[in-house]
Amino acid sequence: MSASGVAAKEVSRVLGRGSTPRLLRALLPALSLALVLLAISYLNPRAISYFGFTLMLNLAVPIALATIAQMFVIAGNDLDLSIGAFVGFVGCVTATWLRETPLLGTLVLLGCIATYAGLGALIYLRNLPSIVVTLGMSFVWQGLAILLLPKPGGKAPGWLLATMSFKPPLIPFPILAAAVIAALAYVGLMRTSYGAILRGSGGNAVAIGRAGWSLLKAKMVLFACTGVFGVLSGLALIGITTSADANIGNGYTLLSIAGVILGGGEFVGGRVSPIGAVIGALTLALAASPLLTFMHIPPDWQVAANGATLIVVLAARVLISRKEAER
Amino acid sequence: MKGTLGRAFATPWIWSFVGALAVWLAAVFFTGGYGAGGMLTAALSLAVFTVVVGVGQMFVITLGPGNVDLSLPANIGLASAVAMTVMAGDDGRILLGLAAALACGLAIGAANYLLIWALRIPPIIATLSASFVIQSIDISYGRGLQIKPPPGFADFTNIQVLGIPILAVLTVLFTVGAGLALQRTIFGRSVLAIGQNMRAARLAGIRVNRVRFATYALSGTLGGIDGALLAGYFRGANVDIGNEYLLASIAVVVIGGTSVAGGKANVPGLWGAALFLVLLLTMLNTFGVSAGVRLVLTGLIIVAVITAAGGAEAAR
Repeated sequence: MSASGVAAKEVSRVLGRGSTPRLLRALLPALSLALVLLAISYLNPRAISYFGFTLMLNLAVPIALATIAQMFVIAGNDLDLSIGAFVGFVGCVTATWLRETPLLGTLVLLGCIATYAGLGALIYLRNLPSIVVTLGMSFVWQGLAILLLPKPGGKAPGWLLATMSFKPPLIPFPILAAAVIAALAYVGLMRTSYGAILRGSGGNAVAIGRAGWSLLKAKMVLFACTGVFGVLSGLALIGITTSADANIGNGYTLLSIAGVILGGGEFVGGRVSPIGAVIGALTLALAASPLLTFMHIPPDWQVAANGATLIVVLAARVLISRKEAER
Repeated sequence: MKGTLGRAFATPWIWSFVGALAVWLAAVFFTGGYGAGGMLTAALSLAVFTVVVGVGQMFVITLGPGNVDLSLPANIGLASAVAMTVMAGDDGRILLGLAAALACGLAIGAANYLLIWALRIPPIIATLSASFVIQSIDISYGRGLQIKPPPGFADFTNIQVLGIPILAVLTVLFTVGAGLALQRTIFGRSVLAIGQNMRAARLAGIRVNRVRFATYALSGTLGGIDGALLAGYFRGANVDIGNEYLLASIAVVVIGGTSVAGGKANVPGLWGAALFLVLLLTMLNTFGVSAGVRLVLTGLIIVAVITAAGGAEAAR
């Protein structure tokens, strides 16, 4: 366990060393969220309330979960282009089998997670490009979803509806849920010794392998985590929409990648940030729909708003990094 | 050059043609020989569209790990709308419409590289953000656009001589040109060199940024021309017309034997892989399976093919 101890110490040392641009960079996701919130409160002050947030951020919970799912794959230098279709399939299972025959539904969802772990093993053992494998898998999930639910329909299980419409005192449910998701992923990936190994498998696979850790296992764990959070995302989505549709999750693939990157994640080197990713997902959820509505911009431009948010934040990050390099 | 033939059979791309032949034979066997020629004609017509974007995607992927153009579907959608609007159903404006689609694609390719270069972000994210914006422009601009292509243009994209689509013949010539450009021109050799080792290429005096810019611009332009051709073939522009070409363009490149790690490209494999994918769909259609089963099988077969083809890479 000494290797993991050293790795964990190394991580805390790097995190502890704070220079201004570095801090700024870490705060960038939070700053962009604050900016979007400021704009909303300026345009419509009434939106900044318990009910306002509950409404505006309702759909942010499944997006945040899908973003965390994507983050695990990205931490291992891979990309999951099937997460949207997967969330859709989980949704279809939730609205049909999980309600009618809970045992079968649970088994299928567990099987989905096992499939994800298997994909991780396949990608590692055969050295395959994850983009192509997951693009292929997106067809599989989509096809299965259509087979299960050819027409939109089904109904969410009662316990799920109750969970998603839970109204905690003072803090709106979506914010509470986002905080729990972020804390869970943060502790798991950033604060445990095996989390450091997982990130290390993306940062320097050779070093982790030489230190005696199984890269196969690391890849499988990362993909299984993606499966788990993908399943949670599908459950949360159906808890909100109450019924399912085979195409319900299609937009999530791109949203989740954008959320991870907005939150400070990088494509290479196992550099990801769970808290940032959740904040990124909230920013996208707010910037895409409520902000545009308040600005009276037609919904045609919703997708563009996501792209523009991404470009602006990345541009800001370049400026900060340039400062970092000048020192 | 004695070993050329032997080497050709050792390369993975030959298997894409073998696969295409196998699925075609399976489909023909199922129909009892009925419509065997028609299937090939249809496959050639449809493969053209995948090959054209596949060439662009191949050049981009050859630049090295992380290089991929995710904006092609949005690009194709917008270019199809632009081409149809400019042509306005008038035979005399066909060339003008094609030029507009080309320019639209070129602008998108240039914008992609501008993002990559100015923001120093991975191409996946740059082309992804760009595709968000392009998609919105297309939705806003192309909504309810119901302009038919000029009859001359629609006929041109559908014309056949002895069962061989003219467009396929032209595309074969184009791919031969692309192959020569890749192996015999300074540009192509530079792309390969950058894909093998960007730092070494830069130190060797290759203007890396210029070559990468040209590559993304080329990919964008080919997406643009593909959009125009698709709109002609399917008799109308559509926001979703390019959707399937995200997977298709990447899949044909990889199945065709181009290395995802960059620095090694293969042009003939594109044709084999494109024919394989199209004939696979034809086969599943003749079997009469439902849409869901077709999707599942397509996905599984793509994953299986990648797994089989990826073996050589893993052994290295």
